[in-house]
Amino acid sequence: MEKTVNNKAWFMVLPVLVLVAFSAVIPLMTVVNYSVQDTFGNNQFFWAGTEWFVDLLASERFTDALVRNLIFSFSILAIQIPLGIFIALCMPRKGWGVPVCLVLMALPLLVPWNVVGTIWQVFGRADIGLLGYVLNNIGIEYNYTQDPVAAWATVIIMDVWHWTSLVVLLCYAGLVSIPEAYYQAARIDGASKWAIFRFIQLPKMHRVLLIAVLLRFMDSFMIYTEPFVVTGGGPGNSTTFLSIDLVKMALGQFDLGPAAAMSLVYFLIILVFSWVFYTVMTNVGAEKPETKGE
Amino acid sequence: MANIELNHIRHAYMPNPQSKKDYALKEVHHTFEDGGAYALLGPSGCGKTTLLNIISGLLRPSEGDLLFDGVSVRDLPTEARNIAQVFQFPVVYDTMSVYDNLAFPLRNRGVEERVVDETVRHILNIIDLESKAHRKAQGLTADEKQKISLGRGLVRADVNAILFDEPLTVIDPHMKWVLRSQLKHLHKQFGYTMVYVTHDQTEALTFADKVVVMYEGEVVQIGTPNELFQRPQHTFVGYFIGSPGMNVVPCTLEGDGARIGEHVLPLNGIGRFGSGASLEVGVRPEFVSLRPSGEGLPIQVQGVEDVGRYRIVRAKLDDHDFHAIVMEGEEIPESPSAVISADNINLYADSWLVGREG
Amino acid sequence: MLELKGVGKVVGGVDHIKDVSMTLEPGSLNVLLGPTLSGKTTLMRLMAGLDKPTSGQVIVNGKDVTGHSVRKRDVAMVYQQFINYPALTVYENIASPLRIAGLPKAELDRKVREAADLLKLTPYLERTPLNLSGGQQQRTALARALVKGAHLVLMDEPLANLDYKLREELRAELPKIFAESGAVFVYATTEPSEALLLGGKTATLHHGEVSQFGPTLEVYKRPNTLVTAQTFSDPPMNTLSIVKKGDVLELPNGDQIPVAENEKILADGPYIAGFRPHHLHLSKRTDHHFALKGVVQVSEITGSESFIHVDCVGETWVALAHGIRNIEVDDEIEVFLDPRNFLVFETNGRLATLDMPVEA
Repeated sequence: MEKTVNNKAWFMVLPVLVLVAFSAVIPLMTVVNYSVQDTFGNNQFFWAGTEWFVDLLASERFTDALVRNLIFSFSILAIQIPLGIFIALCMPRKGWGVPVCLVLMALPLLVPWNVVGTIWQVFGRADIGLLGYVLNNIGIEYNYTQDPVAAWATVIIMDVWHWTSLVVLLCYAGLVSIPEAYYQAARIDGASKWAIFRFIQLPKMHRVLLIAVLLRFMDSFMIYTEPFVVTGGGPGNSTTFLSIDLVKMALGQFDLGPAAAMSLVYFLIILVFSWVFYTVMTNVGAEKPETKGE
Repeated sequence: MANIELNHIRHAYMPNPQSKKDYALKEVHHTFEDGGAYALLGPSGCGKTTLLNIISGLLRPSEGDLLFDGVSVRDLPTEARNIAQVFQFPVVYDTMSVYDNLAFPLRNRGVEERVVDETVRHILNIIDLESKAHRKAQGLTADEKQKISLGRGLVRADVNAILFDEPLTVIDPHMKWVLRSQLKHLHKQFGYTMVYVTHDQTEALTFADKVVVMYEGEVVQIGTPNELFQRPQHTFVGYFIGSPGMNVVPCTLEGDGARIGEHVLPLNGIGRFGSGASLEVGVRPEFVSLRPSGEGLPIQVQGVEDVGRYRIVRAKLDDHDFHAIVMEGEEIPESPSAVISADNINLYADSWLVGREG
Repeated sequence: MLELKGVGKVVGGVDHIKDVSMTLEPGSLNVLLGPTLSGKTTLMRLMAGLDKPTSGQVIVNGKDVTGHSVRKRDVAMVYQQFINYPALTVYENIASPLRIAGLPKAELDRKVREAADLLKLTPYLERTPLNLSGGQQQRTALARALVKGAHLVLMDEPLANLDYKLREELRAELPKIFAESGAVFVYATTEPSEALLLGGKTATLHHGEVSQFGPTLEVYKRPNTLVTAQTFSDPPMNTLSIVKKGDVLELPNGDQIPVAENEKILADGPYIAGFRPHHLHLSKRTDHHFALKGVVQVSEITGSESFIHVDCVGETWVALAHGIRNIEVDDEIEVFLDPRNFLVFETNGRLATLDMPVEA
């Protein structure tokens, strides 16, 4: 719907524009600047052209981290989306259970990221952690500092614990907006539980699911704090994701040029994937936005 | 098809109803005959939706029994009752085509695809949506969607009844005419038992053979449109049906006449049955004819509304509102009086109609 | 006073409103009548300044306000949904626009009570809207719109979500309320009967165009085009193709009937005759009546009247008859028409007698 232009509105958004300029545009430009130059400190810069980009894309270190990141993102999407839908479907629609469930669901989302990491780091330890201790005692060898599989499992389960709630809450919001008449009609039509899900609930959740997938993909692709706290990217490089690698490169090795190039490529990858997701999902549903009113 | 027997049904939304007031639906004891077209008519909160929900199985009545063809279905869930329902807002499966929407109830019941195809094509023809069979249901107009929801009921040969919950609310006036006459046709053609809930008198009266008028949880009258119009059993029915509603004026009895202020209306013999604390006469505005003053009840005209086909005269009779309808082309005399034939006067004692027989 | 001059609105290459010009007088009630998607809401949004017209001007009291935002205009709006502040009492709901305007307490109180009194809300002032019936909720919304004292009050199907009887009562009250306020009122509805009951002026809308604008009864009785006639007709207007040949009209079945006095001056040729359902009779009433044979499709009873749907000379007509008629479907009946009741349209839909003086 078109609105009348009100020029005063620009003054209202001016603070945000200034803020965004300082927090995003200017740093981004700095990064672009770094990515095409080499520096040895003392503010001495040398033109490097596309060298860093060529190096980066050819380096095994980068492609490995990228692949790890993709596997991670797709794994958690494959777990969190169905699990989130399932939990949302199981939640009560009315009564005292609603606020209880909502609060329980919101709890993990309120925990700061580094705290989540610390919780799981302790939780998983074989000596004092409840999880690690129990697993090892029932005969399952579990040590996330030594075993890449255990490390991966910990990082994934941690993310599932932390973020499935978001998917649940989004799906739940979609579910409660379905009028009761739909369920009644479906019962009259003799629809099975599956058919109700497939033809009523899923179509009505389509939009919120799109948001959930996008948010979870972007977030998980940029994941840093939690695995950094728990595994520090190890054992070896097995849980070194792009973000961890980037920090190592930029702050650990102080390779500003390559790190800047990597940041940019990283940024573009997220942008491209999000765009592809969005287009694919809006087309798969093939739902035209309902034309409302006149 | 089935006849639907409401056997002393009462319903309260609270757990332990004490007085009559606690019941959202006071006792209903009535049978909807097989193949009949019924309307439940009343203002919001009158209990009509409660009653419909009891029939559809969404609610289990607190007391009484519900029987389809003599078999109790009180404890059966909706899906086991074999009914179809059309809701106020169109319920369609957005992602399915029109064809699949209609096929859905059959496929759910494991009907052979050959039979499904045959039935769906037949119903598509009846509801006049053949040309849109393979369109997605989502982009259709409200009236088309309502036809789909009706069609989903029609595809099943064994439905006991089709229930309508204010199905024309979101439909444009012109389409209402089309849908209503299609519905009438279907009823004549297939003889479904139909129950239609509405607050709109025109819809109720034009649709139904028998109209059930409800008020504050009670059935106040069940009758043909004609009966409801000519002889409302309760002043509420008189008020609710007709636009404007019936004129209701307090009176006292004087021999076989009703005294209103200084005038006496002859009652043709019904007066002697009138007993009770408060007596009223009820006259439809349609039955009031306006003559030059002197002949009947003198009224003070407050305003005249011309609505094209007729004019509504808003007047006062003593201190009471009094309406008359004057058809197109008829004159309204200056300072008129209202003349009413005795046959068109109803007498009410404590709001209930005083009988004519005897 | 509100003037629209050649106002149009194009959205995505599609005309939503086409070249609308109309002048709305202060203290007048103006009904926008048309089916869903005919452009009523869009036109109201343009009047309010919620949307900017693609072409044309909106003029308020002689001042061009095209493009001025709704905040700078003096507008109140009432919607189909009952929109009130759920947490505030009815009193505070009605008072809210006055509080924003910063009215002194005593004056505010007086105005709120006046509006409440007018809309019969006095007993409910201390309740919150959710504890009220739909009619009372909508009355609260109306009171809030009125108390604001805006010069333009827009109502978008305000009674559509109310019970039939409540609608009838409010409909009877509204014209009085409007007359007392002196603002320009615009009232959108899909129902012809509502327009007739409200009176005032009516603009019929069809595909984003105002097909006619004038006093309600005049538009009803003398529609300029077939489109207007059909928009302003419930049940739908019946039509019949006729050919004028000298002093007779030829019907599709070959019958010839004499031309009515007021149509004698029309040139010979084909026309479309429109007539309203209550002019299609089931018995011969006057000498002017001519008979046609038809087959009954549906008969509906509304209490005092019956609607008979009848197939006749290849058209489906609706007849509105007095009393209860027990007519069975598929019965063959005779229907009667008086050519004097015809609205004669040219084949392009224009009223054929448009340029002729209206008979007294």
